[in-house]
Amino acid sequence: MTITHHSRRRGGAALASICLAIGVTACGSSTKSSSSATTAAGATTAAGVTNAAGTPAAGGATGIKSGLTVYYIPKDTQNPYEVLADKGGEAALTELGGKVVVSSGTEDTAAAQIPSIQAAIAAKANAIVIAANDPDALCPSIAQAVAAGIKVVAFDSDNNCPNHLFINQADTATIGTAEVDYMATLVNSTGEIAILSAAATATNQNAWIGFMKQQLAAKYPNMKLVDVVYGDDDPAKSLTALTGLLSAHPNLVGIISPTTVGISTAAQYLSTHKDIAAKVKLTGLGLPSQMKPYIKDGTVKGFMLWNPSDLGYLAGYAAANLASGTTNLKDGSKFTAGKLKEYTIAAPAGAAPSVILGPPTVFDASNIDQFNF
Amino acid sequence: MLSETTPPQTATSGVVQAPPTIRNPQTNESSWRGLLRWESALLVALAGALIYGHRTTNFWNATNFFYIGLNIGEIAIMALPLTLIVITGEIDLSVASMLGLSSTLLGYLYLHGWPIGVAIVAVLIVGAIGGALNGVLVTRLGLPSIAVTIGTLTLFRGLAEITLGAKSVGKFPATLTKIGVIPIPHTQIAYSVGFFVVLAIIYGVVLHAMPVGRSIFAIGLQPEAAHFSGIRVKRIKLMLYVLSGTVCSFAGVLWTMRFATSRYDAGTGLELNVVAIVLFGGISIFGGRGSIIGVVLATAVMACIQQALTLRNVDAQVRNIVTGVLLLISVVLPNIATGIHRLRERRRLRNRDRLAQRAPDLHQPTTTTTEGQRA
Amino acid sequence: MSLTVAPISRPAGVRRSELLLRARELSIVLALLIVFGFTTLKNHEFANAASIRQLLSGASLVALLAVGQTLVVVTRNVDLSVGSVLGLSAYLVGTLFRAHPNAPIALAFLVGIGVGVLIGAINGIITTVTRVPSLVVTLAMLYIVRGVDAEIVNAKQIDPTLIPHSFQVVGYEHIFGIPWLAIIVAVIVIAVGFYMRSFRAGRDLYAIGSNPDAATLAGVPSGRRVFTAFVVSGGLAGLGGALFLAQFATVNATGGSGYELNVVAAVVVGGVAIFGGSGTVFGAALGALLLNTINQALVAAKVSAFWNQAVAGALLLAAIAFDRWLSLRVERLESGRGERHVV
Repeated sequence: MTITHHSRRRGGAALASICLAIGVTACGSSTKSSSSATTAAGATTAAGVTNAAGTPAAGGATGIKSGLTVYYIPKDTQNPYEVLADKGGEAALTELGGKVVVSSGTEDTAAAQIPSIQAAIAAKANAIVIAANDPDALCPSIAQAVAAGIKVVAFDSDNNCPNHLFINQADTATIGTAEVDYMATLVNSTGEIAILSAAATATNQNAWIGFMKQQLAAKYPNMKLVDVVYGDDDPAKSLTALTGLLSAHPNLVGIISPTTVGISTAAQYLSTHKDIAAKVKLTGLGLPSQMKPYIKDGTVKGFMLWNPSDLGYLAGYAAANLASGTTNLKDGSKFTAGKLKEYTIAAPAGAAPSVILGPPTVFDASNIDQFNF
Repeated sequence: MLSETTPPQTATSGVVQAPPTIRNPQTNESSWRGLLRWESALLVALAGALIYGHRTTNFWNATNFFYIGLNIGEIAIMALPLTLIVITGEIDLSVASMLGLSSTLLGYLYLHGWPIGVAIVAVLIVGAIGGALNGVLVTRLGLPSIAVTIGTLTLFRGLAEITLGAKSVGKFPATLTKIGVIPIPHTQIAYSVGFFVVLAIIYGVVLHAMPVGRSIFAIGLQPEAAHFSGIRVKRIKLMLYVLSGTVCSFAGVLWTMRFATSRYDAGTGLELNVVAIVLFGGISIFGGRGSIIGVVLATAVMACIQQALTLRNVDAQVRNIVTGVLLLISVVLPNIATGIHRLRERRRLRNRDRLAQRAPDLHQPTTTTTEGQRA
Repeated sequence: MSLTVAPISRPAGVRRSELLLRARELSIVLALLIVFGFTTLKNHEFANAASIRQLLSGASLVALLAVGQTLVVVTRNVDLSVGSVLGLSAYLVGTLFRAHPNAPIALAFLVGIGVGVLIGAINGIITTVTRVPSLVVTLAMLYIVRGVDAEIVNAKQIDPTLIPHSFQVVGYEHIFGIPWLAIIVAVIVIAVGFYMRSFRAGRDLYAIGSNPDAATLAGVPSGRRVFTAFVVSGGLAGLGGALFLAQFATVNATGGSGYELNVVAAVVVGGVAIFGGSGTVFGAALGALLLNTINQALVAAKVSAFWNQAVAGALLLAAIAFDRWLSLRVERLESGRGERHVV
């Protein structure tokens, strides 16, 4: 095999000129900040905000500083669920005369989120709203943010770092028990069931699964959890895990999939294999827009979720209130979240402060048409 | 096609003698000069990146440079041994998986009560063994390195997954985890960057100023000639792989301490970043060319550009496009340049031949010797 | 002084070496049977009709991409952009349906293939014209295409409601018990395999991979052949994108992520030499089937999912080592009984 040698002389010169060109004529960035925050004349909030930065807004958003900057750091920038939440946050901050900057990586790793936290610190953001890809690995960075005076709010996926508020989409225990209770109604409280989850390391799913196991042990002696498989939120992997599950447990009567990718993959498989759908009931957490055809054709009787947009909205208000000092992380503190009304922070001894959005909504044939997210 | 040779040393001497100077037969210049062109270009690129950064809000301060270092540290460290491997004409795609395996193992041992110092040493030894596995498969069994390291990439990650499963280990000693939070005292340099600089100096000296370095270039440029001039090709390659495993394992230790967490998916997907930096640094994928300086510069350029883009809140996927385009430019441009150069040479030779044909007595074929050299 | 060449190898030697090479494909079949057998012993359901159908259709996409990859690898190149191409193609086909719900199925497939062909052509041109190693070119394209895909998708996703039923049918229906997916892929495998063996252009690919300089000297239009190989690889990845959409009826920006490593693994396990010059698409397709079967077998045999990757890695290494052993045996055979040069 002959070896080709490259002469890098002229190539080097060309590269140099290109990089110089980039550097010198660097044009404006595409900042993905939302709804322009500020201050232009006439930008009033519902309650008639004064527009100078730092002065409190009057009326419904009592005490909230104007011109706040909140960094939303989702798991990645492509997850549709997270995008809905981010948009909810943008709506909230617009009402408050602040702005949201959405920043994250493309991979669902902690390392991909670190630069975003650094960017928030560098930009002297007032608050960070973050869905952690790893409950522990981000703590050193989050601690730096806290030390810099930034308020930290966690949503969707909690973290184990101190000094933050967790906006829980629904009570963790309730999600677990409600899923199992719903499954029990589908299978008459008898038989083998399994769980098709996301990544093996996912905080939220693992927390819910923990409560599912508890509920099964406590209330349903005739139902047995035979397996938990992981689809990594990837359709192909979820399908492999699902079919392996079906062949490993021929007597399976129910599958709970507490992840939108898992449940939609399973639903697609069952709706195209009607014979299996007759034996195996499916439920879990799904997006109405994705699950609608499966409700319509009867493959899935019902599933649960909450409004991700509301989740982001609530997180935005929480962040704004913390940053403005109108609430704090102590047990019993209250704050108002715009159209969602008032919330109380629960911080029982030994547990991290959290706020629950509300009970999960059950989507089924009766209401599936009302939602378009 | 070597213009200078020394007689091959006998194999029994057991010592690697200084290999002949390899002169590039095509351009007839020593490898040095060809290299410096690319490095100069990278220097200009770095200037451009820094200018771009300077015009970015919040970039030009000490804390940000600390962050840049923090983000790139482990990747940069892994790029160093990979550079040497690529120069010999091989590749190692298992670098990030070895980082993950060592991080996982460290957590596992620490969880089971091993003192952290002993655990770190154990993990480095495992890294060396993993590297040796790669090396043995490539040198003794003669398997293609790209296929082998894809296999070990999967294997190491799989072993990590078996070791810890879905668990994570935390609560490492604060004296060590502080490397993720504070810089080296009295500076704004991250600890991992400090290690990188030290390692880069060592690698630079070994590669560019020591005989074994010349051997490494020789192996990449002309493996057969290197072998016959007494260079222990297989032994050197094996050592490079062992070194890679150990260094990547060390990067795994740093990674664990920076995140204060040990989990099996540490470093997933980083191997592409490392390869991209090595290639962007001017290391030819065919082997035989490149320098540590190039890799250091490439690291700096990539790190600065990525940080500037993040600070400007450019979409993460656009950042990926930028990486891809930079990579493409870095390899396409030199080839286009060579292509144009070759075309011009051919035209020049054709013109000269045409003139020679018209007036054969007037134009002596003085150029035949250079043509012979060019063959 | 002239060189004369003695009569070439005796037929028996050639037959034996050909048989050893064929043995490579047979060894995969053997491995398949062993895995299948052991798992069925542990769990009878693994051998029922539905399970086997899933084994076939689960491997289809990777097998399809492996066919294209084989063409490229045989010429001593590699195409790492196939995963990104699949994702982009899947999304664009979905977008077609979103804009024109009544679009004919054939058009959807054409769009998918077209996207793949375009990117394959770019890969091919850069590789052949600028002589940049394909590893680097396709690595860069992996980043670029993924980034472009994400920009186009812009955090939305294609939902099953958008995909016409007639298109989805391709993804799950079966005929005579065999899934359509598997049939389509099998037809393509047979067609390409036949082409590789019996047509000049196909055999040229092997020549280029075995010895590029000799091939050029012998008059093989290397540039054109390699370009075509990349175009085919891209086109098949594009087709894979359309089939992905049919199978899953949902796609977002991460569709196809990571497929490239699976495809390369399938090709290597399937006996295609990474240095080029040997291997068949049949082997590659079987390699894909074997890898998918192992994945499902592990779950069906109730082995912890955490063992999947380690098993896959060990298998890859074993396959590579086995290939090496096999090719050494062939070499020894051919040099033992083969041509003699007389000076």
